[in-house]
Order: sequence, then structure tokens, then C-alpha cells
Amino acid sequence: MLENEAGAAFVLAGGTDLLVRMKLGHVEPALLVDIKRIPVMSSITHSASGTRIGAAVSGAELGEHKAVAKAWPGVVEATNLIGSDQIQSRCTMVGNLCNASPAADSVPAMIAAGAKAVVVSRTRRRTVPVEKIVTGPGQTSLARGEVIEAIVLPARPARSGDAYLRFIPRTEMDIAVVSAGVNLTLERGRVKTARVVLGAVAPTAVLVPAAAKAIIGSKLDDDALDKLAAACSAACNPIDDKRGTIEYRTKVAGVLGRRAAKIAFQRAGGA
Amino acid sequence: MAAVLVSTTINGDSVEFACPPEESLLDALRDRLGLTGVKEGCGTGDCGACSITLDGRLVCSCLVLGAEADGREIATIEGMAENGTLHPLQENFIEHAALQCGICTPGFLMAAKVLLERNSNPTETEIRYALAGNLCRCTGYDKIVRAVQATAKEMRQLDKKKSRRKKS
Repeated sequence: MLENEAGAAFVLAGGTDLLVRMKLGHVEPALLVDIKRIPVMSSITHSASGTRIGAAVSGAELGEHKAVAKAWPGVVEATNLIGSDQIQSRCTMVGNLCNASPAADSVPAMIAAGAKAVVVSRTRRRTVPVEKIVTGPGQTSLARGEVIEAIVLPARPARSGDAYLRFIPRTEMDIAVVSAGVNLTLERGRVKTARVVLGAVAPTAVLVPAAAKAIIGSKLDDDALDKLAAACSAACNPIDDKRGTIEYRTKVAGVLGRRAAKIAFQRAGGA
Repeated sequence: MAAVLVSTTINGDSVEFACPPEESLLDALRDRLGLTGVKEGCGTGDCGACSITLDGRLVCSCLVLGAEADGREIATIEGMAENGTLHPLQENFIEHAALQCGICTPGFLMAAKVLLERNSNPTETEIRYALAGNLCRCTGYDKIVRAVQATAKEMRQLDKKKSRRKKS
């Protein structure tokens, strides 16, 4: 249907971005396809081999799934930070991803988690790392006729933890000025694998391998955390506006990276 | 584009209406069904004045299409009072002067009702977070929070009495 429509065609999941854009006259869809009644897109499956979250699953539904919230607290917290309770009833991770805002809350957490997007079209199905989806503000790598069916999180090894933090000037209902997602796994008390991702400090979320490298092999001592913070700040290429200057965002990226790493470490059972 | 025929349930009653596919549920409720207790503030999901529940979940009706209501259950402020008796939240909003112009009030009441259904004893912080999606430009929020706290207390006491009666 989406592929055959000559005019502007859109997928409608939560509609919390799309309906605003329609209202403001930014888009005039010729076709809207509501995916919320497609079972494969509106369900969560969670097992030892991984977690699959359908594209139409709302933030509230994800937050209520106890097993997923336990395995991936950072991903779930990040998703639950999107908007008010009213928005949570509708918003989706995939919508947050495809809206392609540099400040999207769920995106750094998903990338840190090593999440993959299941991209489907009439003729093809491919699995793409989440960091390959957004190419710039409001831009994605999806081709015409392609939609994301679900987000897949990998199997969760023992002694793993993730965390997501964002800085906003108020306590609720705001857009990230800087954010950081960290996911790690421990072995004998030391960080074995890690992924560190920053949001709102560049045109897209930024995976920072140097920050991960800084803590791999460590017990997350101050020296390792200093290196992680420096790597986070070095990876920033932020905008400069009244909500946060370049200098401020660059500094805070290091602070949040450090704090998120500590929480993830603790959640993984590290001491 | 042809109108969409929608069959839905609103405040317990079966309702049918036809609307253009791009029309918001807010506009359909107000302009086609006369449910003008649902208010439009921002129209972009920021202010919560148009809050209703859709299958029990709190949503901004400005961010839902009328067509999406097909086969769903909707509750609006019009269904809050029962048999002419105001809901304890409504009573307490009056008692605590938790409203001035009243535009935000139906949304606050719907959000507070959903909160108390899930959490009969919320802390002040929990109340403030749960109502963060509703904006009021007249009273400030303290009176609203006090009204919700007073209602929660009242309803807990009522529940206790009810369960005592059941036991005896």
C-alpha cells in the first residue's frame, strides 16, 4: 500500500509526531497506514535468545513489561522519558527513531544496547543496526516502501547493565540538551564489553568507541572514568543555542557519560 | 477523501459517527458529538486539556485520529459524574479552588482519575509527575495537587469502610 501510493504516504503508530506535523501543515499525507492492529507490530516477545519489540508498542506498554524492564532498564527508562503520561500511552521507540530528532531519548539507549531494526518492504526484509537508521536531523536511511517492523535487542548475558541519563533544564516534559546511554557486561568484576552513546550533541546520536575502550578491562576506577568523560567530550559536535552552549554541552556530555557508566556498572553487579 | 464510518463506545454508550480520515478525535468529539467538555488548548499534545482515556489509557485526543477510535472504548469528562453525583475529584477541585478559568480542568480531572485508579496513595512527587502533561495557567499547581491528595485520602477511607462492611 505504502509503496503504491503516488503521494505522500506515512505509517501511523502513536502519531505523537506525525499528527502534530499534519496539524502544522508540514506534511499533507495522501495515505496513512495505521499499524497498531497488526499483531506482529503491536507485541513484545522476550526470551533468553533476545527481545523483540513491535513498532507499534507504546512507551507505557514497554514500561509495564517487567521482564524487559529488568533486562534492559536503560532502554526502558529512556523510552519512558518521552513526553507526558498522555504521550507515553501512544509514543513508540520506532517512531522516536524514525522521527530522527538528534535529541530522541530512546535512540542512544537502543544503540548502546546493540539494538537492531527489522526493516521490511514488499520484497525484502533486512536487519539493520539502529545507528545506521538515522542519517541526519529528520533524515533516515529507509527507502521508499520500507518500514521498521520491530526493534530487536540481543540476548542478555549475565552480569550486564545499561543506563540512560539526559540533562534538561526542568524535571519533566522537556527535550534533552545532552544525553548519554551506556551498556556494559562484566567478567570477574571488570568491564568486558561496553558501548557508550551520546545524544543531542551532534546531528545524530553518536556511538563513542573511544569512551567504551577507556573502561573496557577496568573496574570503573576514577582514572578509567576520567578517560571515558574526556572521550565523550571529544566526540561532541553540538549546536549552540539558548538551551545549551557548545562549551556547556561538551562538558556535560562527559559528566553524563561518567554517571551513566556508574549506574550501568552497578546494575551489572559491579562493585 | 471519503469519510470514515466509526463505531465506538463513549462513556459506556455505543456511538457511531462519520468523519474525514484526517480529523482528530478531539474535533470529532466536540463538533460531531457535542462533547465539549473535551477542551482544545495547544492542539499539539503539550497541554493536556483534551485528555481522555482510550481503552483505559490516558491520551491527548488532539493526537488521535477520529478514525482510530473504531472499536475502542473512550471515556471523557462527561462520564465522570455518575447519576448526577460528582466524582470525589470533582468535589475536591471545587472545595480546594483548584480551578479558575476551567479550560484545563477536564484534562486534569481525567489525568488525576487515571492516576488514582493505578495508585491509591500517591506521593506529592508522584502526583506532580502524573500531572506533568497537563498545563494550568491560572491557579498554579499547588491547589490542584492538594485536591488530588485530599481525594486520594477520601477514597482510601471509603474503600476501607466498604471492605469492613463486606467482612462484617
